[in-house]
Amino acid sequence: MSAALLDVHELRQSFPRADGGEHLVLDGVELSLAQGQIVGLLGRTGSGKSTLLRLIAGLAQPSGGTVTYLGERVTGPAPGIAMVFQSFALFPWLTVLENVQLGLEALGLPDAEIRKRALAAIDLIGLDGYESAFPRELSGGMRQRVGFARALVVHPNILLMDEPFSALDVLTAETLRTDFLELWGDGKLPIKGVVLVTHNIEEAVLMCDRILLFSTNPGRIISEIAVDLQQPRNRLDPRFRDLVEKIYVAMTARTPTPIGTRLPTATINTVLPRVSANILAGLIETLAAAPYNGRADLPVIADELHLEVDDLFPVADALQLLRLAEIEGGDIKLTDTGKQFAEMGTDDRKRLFQRQLLNYVPLAAHIRHVLQERANHMAPKSRFFDELEDHMSAEDVELTLRAVIGWGRYAEVFAYDDDSGTFSLENPT
Amino acid sequence: MRVFVPISVGGWTRLFSRWDILAVLLILGLLVFLGEASRNLFEPLAELQRQPPSLDPRNLPEYAARTTLRMLIAMVLSLFFTFTYATLAAKSRSAERLLVPLLDILQSVPILGFISITVVFFMSLAPGRVLGAEFASIFAIFTSQAWNMAFSFYQSLRTVPIELEEAARNFRLSAWMRFWRLDVPFAMPQLIWNMMMSMSGSWFFVVASEAISVGNTTVTLPGVGSYIALAIERRNLAAVCWAIGTMLVVILIYDQVLFRPLVAWADRFRFEQEPGAPPPQSWVFDVLRRSRIIERLTQPVAGLWRLSLRRQKNDKAPAGALAKRAGRSLALLSAAVVFVLAAMTLWQLAQFAVEGLALRDVGVTMVLGFATLARVVVLIAVATLIWVPIGVWVGTRPRVANFMQPIAQFLAAFPANLLFPIVVSGIVAWQLNPNIWLSPLMILGTQWYILFNVIAGAAAIPAELRSVAVNLRVRGWLWWRRVALPAVLPYYVTGAITASGGSWNASIVAEVASWGDVHLHAEGLGAYIAEQTDAGDFHRIVLGIAVMSLFVVVINRVFWRPLYRYAERKFRLG
Repeated sequence: MSAALLDVHELRQSFPRADGGEHLVLDGVELSLAQGQIVGLLGRTGSGKSTLLRLIAGLAQPSGGTVTYLGERVTGPAPGIAMVFQSFALFPWLTVLENVQLGLEALGLPDAEIRKRALAAIDLIGLDGYESAFPRELSGGMRQRVGFARALVVHPNILLMDEPFSALDVLTAETLRTDFLELWGDGKLPIKGVVLVTHNIEEAVLMCDRILLFSTNPGRIISEIAVDLQQPRNRLDPRFRDLVEKIYVAMTARTPTPIGTRLPTATINTVLPRVSANILAGLIETLAAAPYNGRADLPVIADELHLEVDDLFPVADALQLLRLAEIEGGDIKLTDTGKQFAEMGTDDRKRLFQRQLLNYVPLAAHIRHVLQERANHMAPKSRFFDELEDHMSAEDVELTLRAVIGWGRYAEVFAYDDDSGTFSLENPT
Repeated sequence: MRVFVPISVGGWTRLFSRWDILAVLLILGLLVFLGEASRNLFEPLAELQRQPPSLDPRNLPEYAARTTLRMLIAMVLSLFFTFTYATLAAKSRSAERLLVPLLDILQSVPILGFISITVVFFMSLAPGRVLGAEFASIFAIFTSQAWNMAFSFYQSLRTVPIELEEAARNFRLSAWMRFWRLDVPFAMPQLIWNMMMSMSGSWFFVVASEAISVGNTTVTLPGVGSYIALAIERRNLAAVCWAIGTMLVVILIYDQVLFRPLVAWADRFRFEQEPGAPPPQSWVFDVLRRSRIIERLTQPVAGLWRLSLRRQKNDKAPAGALAKRAGRSLALLSAAVVFVLAAMTLWQLAQFAVEGLALRDVGVTMVLGFATLARVVVLIAVATLIWVPIGVWVGTRPRVANFMQPIAQFLAAFPANLLFPIVVSGIVAWQLNPNIWLSPLMILGTQWYILFNVIAGAAAIPAELRSVAVNLRVRGWLWWRRVALPAVLPYYVTGAITASGGSWNASIVAEVASWGDVHLHAEGLGAYIAEQTDAGDFHRIVLGIAVMSLFVVVINRVFWRPLYRYAERKFRLG
């Protein structure tokens, strides 16, 4: 084992909140990257994993703690740390070759050297023949190859990857992953270590030597999983499946609550997942039908529905909040209410949903209560916005209100007029 | 065609901030300073008189070349101003707070007002007097070009996609390299569109900037503008026609040789490719691009250029704490400087006002301002009624739209003065009321922005939406109410903002019209400024300009900005 390429110690990132408090994004993050390793950061949206990547890259400054690269504090973009972006981040007015040369030009190398290295990188990454193409002429997969070539050409020690395959279709993403792993395995890449941010569990297991699982709000590392499988890995290998299952369990594990309630319960300040009632109904129907008959393994259903963690977990969360399903040990199981819901017609479903909403989502009950209290049965959105903003970031308030508005509309608990930003009890007649 | 709002609409929720007040103070101070300076320099220059230009059409090519050169120099200056001013505003939070309101107010200052008070000042600066007059003329053209270009560049810089910015930082591009590799390319399409608008706009003021007369100082610079002025003075209809022809040719050449190649070249900088739009073509651009000789000639320059991008070694960023401390003391210092400057300006203003103005003058200009305001409102309303339906009709027919765009662009460049013969003769012949019948001249050049924008908006209605309307048999008034008007509203508002601002500007030319020795006059703030300019009364010129700027700024903030935001939020498609 050689010395660590990268050390992250006690890293904290927070933003000031409206009420003077602070909104914690990342807290107490410890991470070290040794030579020859691929470390995965796995978590849901809002777990701060992309923020962590940007802190490592020196694109942002932490509120506390340190990032050390080769023994030196990172205080700005460091030479030797290159990044591959989710959205490719290619310069549309530069050709493939010019895009790849960009980082070398910034290094101030001589022309001949720049050309030689750029062509070598293009060759390595399989972009031969595309040198003079503009990014808009390329498919998503080819564009991301340019993104890789551009990062590799500066011969970085550390390659940071921010969900590099998530904007690609399934097949293209798989090809790119395999190509990358092959080059990495053969030692053809001029890099010493990789940090990969992803929300795709299988991708993490397929590519990483170690996986760090992140919790949400704030982002903390909840567990670290070593992947000891030989490359190339086989997704159907039982040990592979076990790891995937283990991660699902870890990621859906309930934090023990002091009062001992069995299921996580929303308070008025809970950030609500923004999931449409249609998707909720869709998942309930799928779960209720054969072959699941009310209970399914999360990885299996994710696979079946082509949902990634970021898509599936919020839906599962919402079902659990509404007591229509519960999650346990990596499985999702419909409750009796959930099963009833599956068999009902539209109007009955709405009535049931209304009951669950008012019983288990305190914010919805609160809004309705306020509306009933008021003489004209109307209240501005800002009233609730201000109330919530004392407890969460403005962004989360917006999401939460959008979620509750969507559910409230479906359940006909209240109406909302977006033009004037007012809640009311009356639906247009 | 991209749509651009020429006033600041972002960010602020309050109508006016203290930064606006500071900006107003600074600009007023500048005006007063120039006015004072001009007043003192006034007498010794009064006898300046150049040999009069002739109306011989054979002189026109030379005149056209001179006018073109002035406009080009002004354009280069405007670009320089744009790159520095807008970059500073976009990159520095503290500079931004002052620079953006400043720009907002600057562009509400009537362009001809700048000419009135700067000409004598500039002429005193240059040893040879003709050169001074050239300066003044170029500066006037500059003021008609620079503001909207700077605004567009600033807005582009603020919207550079975050991931490209991160990539630039991750690959440690130096500031200089980042500017040319990321900022400028990203802003380019929008900037070129604004350069074209600026060119059109500056034609409108060419007459005024080449035939300058303030009090007893009369300066005529050889050019198309002074040719037109002379033709009007001598009632020479043939010469007016020659001038129109020349303008047409020059505008065509500009379009073919300068702007079309630029647009074709800038196409590669477009960030999103709107599907279906064919890439712009330009034969000049194709020739330049394919030519070996050109390639040979430009190669060394391009090489040097690349070298300059690369030469900058990017050293480690200055240590955080030190930079922060330096930044704070710098901010404190600049705040102190600004405060002193503002106090001095206030003092100077007070002196200037007490010395030469009575309270009555302020009342008079306010009343005249409302007269001009009434004209602008009515004209915009009339132009809306005429051009919105036509624009929608044209915009939904791509072939007609392609044909109409260049025509509208030419019309936008058409100086109001050229219509003086017709309008003045008409008013005299039928004994019409000039208060009403001079007004259309105000909107002559600017109404086309409503048309441009509505055409763009109608063309942007998604084909599916139109199909749905057809499918559901939505027709007649219902179609206009539910489909066409909401879809073009954001575009229309943008056009109307430009048209309204332009009309105020044009009022100085349009509220007084002459043809030979017939002088017509409408009651209004524009006429007031024009007449005080003739009289050389700098106190009242400054007062008139200040009041007009006030009207424009207040209307923008109270009416256009909220309307624009509403339209953007509610009706922007996609």
